[in-house]
Amino acid sequence: MRGAAAVGACAALLVGGCGKTGGGPTAIAGADPGQGRRVIERVGCGACHVIPGVRWPQSRVGPSLEGFGRRALIAGRFPNTADTLALWVRDAPALSPGTGMPAIPLTEQEARDVAAYLYTLDAR
Amino acid sequence: MSPPTSIRSTLAEALRGWPPPPLDPAGPHAGLVATLSWVLFGMALAVLLMVSVALVVALAGKSEWRDRLGREWLIWSAGLALPIVVLTGVLIYGLTATQALSQAPQPGEMRVRVTGEMWWWRVAYLDAEGRPAIHDANELHIPAGVPVTLELEAADVIHSFWVPRLAGKLDMIPGRRNILRIQADRPGVYGGQCAEYCGGPHALMGFVVVAHAPEDFQRWRAARLAPPPAAPADGLAARGAQVFRDSGCGACHRVAGTEAGGLAGPDLTFVGARRSLGAGILANNQGTLAGWVADSQAIKPGNRMPAYRMLSGGDLRALAAYLESRR
Repeated sequence: MRGAAAVGACAALLVGGCGKTGGGPTAIAGADPGQGRRVIERVGCGACHVIPGVRWPQSRVGPSLEGFGRRALIAGRFPNTADTLALWVRDAPALSPGTGMPAIPLTEQEARDVAAYLYTLDAR
Repeated sequence: MSPPTSIRSTLAEALRGWPPPPLDPAGPHAGLVATLSWVLFGMALAVLLMVSVALVVALAGKSEWRDRLGREWLIWSAGLALPIVVLTGVLIYGLTATQALSQAPQPGEMRVRVTGEMWWWRVAYLDAEGRPAIHDANELHIPAGVPVTLELEAADVIHSFWVPRLAGKLDMIPGRRNILRIQADRPGVYGGQCAEYCGGPHALMGFVVVAHAPEDFQRWRAARLAPPPAAPADGLAARGAQVFRDSGCGACHRVAGTEAGGLAGPDLTFVGARRSLGAGILANNQGTLAGWVADSQAIKPGNRMPAYRMLSGGDLRALAAYLESRR
């Protein structure tokens, strides 16, 4: 029993540690990645981005979001944290006035769900 | 290209769901088609059962039964007379039941001309004299509870107009005007789809019918007949209007009240008010507008709008804001 618990704790540490140091997938509290994917399909993020899990459209007006969970920067400028990402997907121009990405009609919760989905994208 | 299975758009709504939209009529015209479908289905099922029973008897029945099955009178009656009687009956039933579908439009009925183009729909609401009074595209607004007459035409190749929950399919043929009457019993949004292969992006040629309560429809109509929205005075949308002019969008698109008068592509006077973009295939918001302008070819390969990859990020976003403000 103690051995199993120790293994479990180690695994949790490893997973947690990996998320912190390696920039791997991060879960966002209170956000639902599955819901985020449905929001992405409904508002049509694929009109500008290739997003794994979204079959159509797959446009390349903006950057591909493959492996986004391991990306260090958003738009090459801002640290890729959950709060910044949730703000970026809703209102990119507020962060970067020259960007081509318009404000997207999302609620705060929807933006967090979208961010949570993007953090599941972990292509190595 | 694989079909757009993952989008929650009108296209998906038009063809999916349970019960299947063609068997889930939302008006009397579609109702007739659905009833006819069920009657034909029931008849086919009965014939299948009869043939199956005969087959089992022929293969495994007692010799006495097999003898009876092989008698000449049975072949004449069940093999020839019965099909003639049944098929004639079905023909008479089908023609009578669907007579109302070809009923001539009543005087004073609302008329809309819908023209199939590669790969979108031109929509013109006609006044009492039959002249276009309101121009729109890819979306049809109707009052619920009353029949509406559609004049279906085609500008280039054969298309087919199909809003499964409101009416059967009817082809749009170059040089002809086909009349289709539709009616939605209740307010709602009904998806449609081109149902005749018309070239590359045919599968991405969708359509939306919006049925309003009668008073809401009168408000919608009054708003469309009023002067179009004024040019934006300042801000991002005003810059977008400038980008629209400088990029020559007006060569193909009309925006009433401005110098943009192109007729090759969809009318953009009220583009921001539409429920979908790219002919019923995408949500309509600043993001999809920007993506469509910058590279519609990636979204709907083969459509006739070139990709505008030369716009800066700021200009593209301004243009999207301007288009969205046209409502």
